[in-house]
Amino acid sequence: MNIIRIFKTVFLIDFLTGLLIAIKELFKPKKTLNYPFEKGKISPRYRGEHALRRYPNGEERCIACKLCEAVCPAQAITIESTAREDGSRKTTRYDIDMLKCIYCGLCEESCPVDAIVQGPNFEFATHTREELYYNKEKLLENGDRWENVLAANIKADNPYR
Amino acid sequence: MEYINLLFSEIYKILYVLIPVLVSVTMIVWLDRRIWAFVQKRRGPNVVGPFGLFQTLADALKYIFKEIIIPASSNKVIFILAPIVTMTLALIAWAVIPFSEDYVLADINVGILYIFAISSLGVYGIIMGGWASNSKYPFLGSIRSAAQMVSYEVSIGVIIINVLLCVGSLNLSDIVLAQEKIWFVIPLFPMFVIFFISSLAETNRPPFDLPEAEAELVAGYQTEYSGMMYAMFWLGEYANILLMCALGSILFLGGWLAPIDTPLFEMVPPPAWLIFKILFLFVLFALIKAIVPRYRYDQLMRLGWKVFLPFSLIWVVLTSGYLLYFDLLPVY
Repeated sequence: MNIIRIFKTVFLIDFLTGLLIAIKELFKPKKTLNYPFEKGKISPRYRGEHALRRYPNGEERCIACKLCEAVCPAQAITIESTAREDGSRKTTRYDIDMLKCIYCGLCEESCPVDAIVQGPNFEFATHTREELYYNKEKLLENGDRWENVLAANIKADNPYR
Repeated sequence: MEYINLLFSEIYKILYVLIPVLVSVTMIVWLDRRIWAFVQKRRGPNVVGPFGLFQTLADALKYIFKEIIIPASSNKVIFILAPIVTMTLALIAWAVIPFSEDYVLADINVGILYIFAISSLGVYGIIMGGWASNSKYPFLGSIRSAAQMVSYEVSIGVIIINVLLCVGSLNLSDIVLAQEKIWFVIPLFPMFVIFFISSLAETNRPPFDLPEAEAELVAGYQTEYSGMMYAMFWLGEYANILLMCALGSILFLGGWLAPIDTPLFEMVPPPAWLIFKILFLFVLFALIKAIVPRYRYDQLMRLGWKVFLPFSLIWVVLTSGYLLYFDLLPVY
């Protein structure tokens, strides 16, 4: 132990320096968000809650090609389809088990008509498991609710796809 | 009838001290968490009530409704008694704290000895809790805590002797009044620093929170406790912290006295000065919690027995020698 070290120990120099730093940090702006009232910025590519989109005329985009069902690594998607009277093929059932889903975004990437997308919403926690078995109505409703944001996000991300 | 009147007036007086103490304990828990968060640039509790001020009340309410689990192999009577002992001992010491010249519950002649005795008893609550849990981590935590509190109490006792030499009385009001000319923090500054650090150790605060070192002992002696019993341990702990802050401000910072005797400072009521000083010391406690890492057990013991105790003993000799040589010994 040299003299400087003893001096520092006896007069608690390191400790007082730490105290000064703590007092300085006390008045600096906070790094954390005031979460329920403030939210962080989310990228247009964010993979949140799923939604099924419609065309502007109200027609569903999904053509029941089942690419998303095939690509889904967690096998969370179940699709059944029939031909309609006008000859177009549409889904009768489009279920996503949100508990199985791993939010990888492959369904969105595989979709040829931008029908199934993952929106920016991440606050869809529920009280029961049953509420997380999404069916077609729920997904379409999500699409209608988030359509503005979804369209803007797809547009923003378009150059990089 | 007269007897009943006396009883009720005494109860009224007790509540007059007890309720402010309990309320300030809840506030102080909030302040502690908030300062800790601010130093780490977090926000801390800020949702319940204005600035999150009622967070502790909400927590206490939660604890009340939680189930109290008593381990099957525990010694049930002692297990239940332990938190009660801790909290009661932390609260009864407040009886002798003088908030102003005439605002003191029991103005006894041996106030400082009383506080010292009570805070020594405080270790029993922890030992009982750790032993009655019949589980290894609480047991180890309580052994550590007992060793720590006993060793730092020794140096606190010697430090108090320094102050008593300058005062010549064990009465807390007399100790405060003896500081009218100069606060003892100035002539006895090294003793104040040691007292402060020892009181950190005495109340199991970081950097001396070994009894609750969560990485090695889960939660120390509190591991098996749940619900209201856990909350009582916490309340007792913070009441003790507040008590040590009050003791520090009475012994060294002039209690209810204003810093300078000017008309402006006389407008502030004396209890407010004591509260300011307690708050100042507590803010230091909270800041230290945020900046220091935990001591190792042997370091803790070395600091207590090999540094603080000899140093404060030497200081006792110096103080008494000085007082004797210049014939300044107080006469009562």
